[in-house]
Amino acid sequence: MQLELSEEDRAFREEMRDFFTTKVPEEIRDAVKEGRELSKDQIVASQQALNAAGLAVPHWPEQYGGRGWSDLRRHLWNEEMQRAFVPAPLAFNTSMIGPVLAQFGSEELKERFMAPTANLDVWWSQGFSEPDAGSDLASLRTTAVRDGDDWVVNGQKTWTTLGQYGDWIFTLVRTNPDVKKQAGISMLLIDMTSPGLEVRPIELIDGGHEVNEVWFSDVRVPGANLVGEVDGGWTIAKFLLGNERVGVAPVAATKRNLALAKERYADRITADPLLAARVAELENELLALELTALRVVAHSEGGEPHPASSVLKLKGTELQQAVSELAVDLAGPASLASGADEGSALPGFARRATPTYLNLRKASIYGGSNEVQRQIISKTILGL
Amino acid sequence: MDFTYDDEQVALRDAVRGLVGKTYSDHEHRRQTVNEDPGFDEKQWARMAEMGILGLPFAESDGGVGAGPVEIGIVAQELGRVIAPEPFLACVVLAGGLVSAAGSAEQREEILGAVAEGERVLALAHDEPGRGWVPTASAVTATEQGGAWTLEGVKEPVVQGARADTLVVTAALPDGGTGLFLVDGDAADLQRSSYRTYDGGRAAKVTFSGTSATPLGEVADRESTVATILDVGRITAANEALGSMETALRLTTDYLKSRKQFGVTLNTFQALTFRAADMYVSLELASSMVQWATMVLMSGDAQAASDAARRTSLQVSRAARHVGQEAIQLHGGIGVTAEYAVGNHVARLTALDHLLGDGTHHLGELVGRIGDHEGVDPLH
Repeated sequence: MQLELSEEDRAFREEMRDFFTTKVPEEIRDAVKEGRELSKDQIVASQQALNAAGLAVPHWPEQYGGRGWSDLRRHLWNEEMQRAFVPAPLAFNTSMIGPVLAQFGSEELKERFMAPTANLDVWWSQGFSEPDAGSDLASLRTTAVRDGDDWVVNGQKTWTTLGQYGDWIFTLVRTNPDVKKQAGISMLLIDMTSPGLEVRPIELIDGGHEVNEVWFSDVRVPGANLVGEVDGGWTIAKFLLGNERVGVAPVAATKRNLALAKERYADRITADPLLAARVAELENELLALELTALRVVAHSEGGEPHPASSVLKLKGTELQQAVSELAVDLAGPASLASGADEGSALPGFARRATPTYLNLRKASIYGGSNEVQRQIISKTILGL
Repeated sequence: MDFTYDDEQVALRDAVRGLVGKTYSDHEHRRQTVNEDPGFDEKQWARMAEMGILGLPFAESDGGVGAGPVEIGIVAQELGRVIAPEPFLACVVLAGGLVSAAGSAEQREEILGAVAEGERVLALAHDEPGRGWVPTASAVTATEQGGAWTLEGVKEPVVQGARADTLVVTAALPDGGTGLFLVDGDAADLQRSSYRTYDGGRAAKVTFSGTSATPLGEVADRESTVATILDVGRITAANEALGSMETALRLTTDYLKSRKQFGVTLNTFQALTFRAADMYVSLELASSMVQWATMVLMSGDAQAASDAARRTSLQVSRAARHVGQEAIQLHGGIGVTAEYAVGNHVARLTALDHLLGDGTHHLGELVGRIGDHEGVDPLH
């Protein structure tokens, strides 16, 4: 047992800190700090700055731009990135489809997509959830039927985050209706400019347009766009969701947001012991979460996520939500002014606190709802 | 950064687990043991001495083993796993820790050597009626006359105060500050009335009435030494609680899988399994904190250790109440009986929570320091 970072890891952390605070455009980092919505161009510019320095996809296989870092270094990379208010590389590209293609994709698909995926030249969307297939993802009904070399896709996906920017969508489709539901699913890569594909916005309670419905009407998809085997999509989906669970524990960003709240409302927090106790307790729980994340990454070698990654998802999203709730309470009456523009006398972070809080209710629902995580813990870990 | 035990530490864990597991995995045996004075098994204490456990934290030159916080944490976890009633925390870590930190070379060798051999039991007489969890003394006062020291006042509760061969006593010094003294268990003008505590242990009211006392080391204000050892004790208690919580959760999941109601086992009911999942979450988070605090203790930085002790005590206090209360509830009535282990784990967890400061106490301390850092960074 040993706590200290080695000299090399300490130097690595310095290097990361230096890069993130000096090489990513400041206006992008300010937007993140102030909780403003990022434009597509800003997200792309940030990821490309990272990718140019080899910092967008360090966890990928080395032949595709991975760095072969230790889990600790990946943790430090992520921590410093969040601390500097650098937007994380687009998860759909770097955490989801990239690792899937590296593991399951044909040589042709890898050749075509790995580099543009890392560089966000191709923006990926996720076509998993459907109106009747949420937590019960395997009951999805969007169909793909063979027609010569092509597949013809019909159905509807939903909750497609940032689908309005998407170039391509990795989609789970039913290719065999006659077998157990998990055994008849495949994954197709679909060009979002295909005829018959339509993206419709869903407005959320925060007033924003973050998610979409995606409709497929006789969309033709070339056979070469199949990932892995026909009817082998469920294995790929589980692989992807396992990675997603680790990825969605937003430890560093939540820590950073709590530190910001402390800084912005320092006088009130010091003057009010109840507020101070809330902050101190959240800090402590975040410390426990971060330490658990360090323990889990250290034991996830070899691809299979540690079963305790469910703990990270569950507790990580609860704390993320709790800190956003604190920010609304600290903003007080100013939290009402969500529609005010820059002419407002109230600070931007106070005006944006409530939309952020309302938006983040999603965190305990996506990536396998927290109830699904409890199911995983009780079944897989506790054997109940 | 590394969260794993090395081979020797694994061997220590297995050896201690074998020793205490053999004695107390049969809960009925523990029950019989704590029903009789002094509330622990003297033969087991001797076997622990033989294994080197009782001299673990002391320097080799004092007759100890010179092991570090990780080894002490391992022992505490294993004792907690079977709620072994032997007073490792009170005698070795707290009272022994103070002798080790403040005693003269002569005192250390004489006392700690005997503790390590299992020949002498120490108790820390520190808590005073009306005040708790502070590193100072006020109700017991020390007076000097012609180079001889006497003590006056009451300490209570003193864990194993009646059984102890030697008491390590905190007392207010004539010129202010908190001094440390040794008092023989059979000293004249010393009154000890012992009683049973709800966790199966023993504690005493100890009354000093002009009782002769020997200064531990030089007479000096030892507040910071006491504070440091209390922090070591907190991290040790957290390790012990961790072992106990692990058992409480395991007993609960075993029970859910075997107990039948309405013709089916209890794990058929999601209302119960989800609560067990939440217990696991609490336990994992507490475990991470305990391991971290134990490593911070290794650094030897008293300020960092104090902070880590408070943070861990807070996390473990919250977790122990959650895990303990739910463990009983998910068992049903059997959980509150003395004959079944789980309720006794909850009793011990409650005692550990209140021995050196509960969660809210430590939260109060953390609140006082809230403005002195931007965030909490576990890696250095």
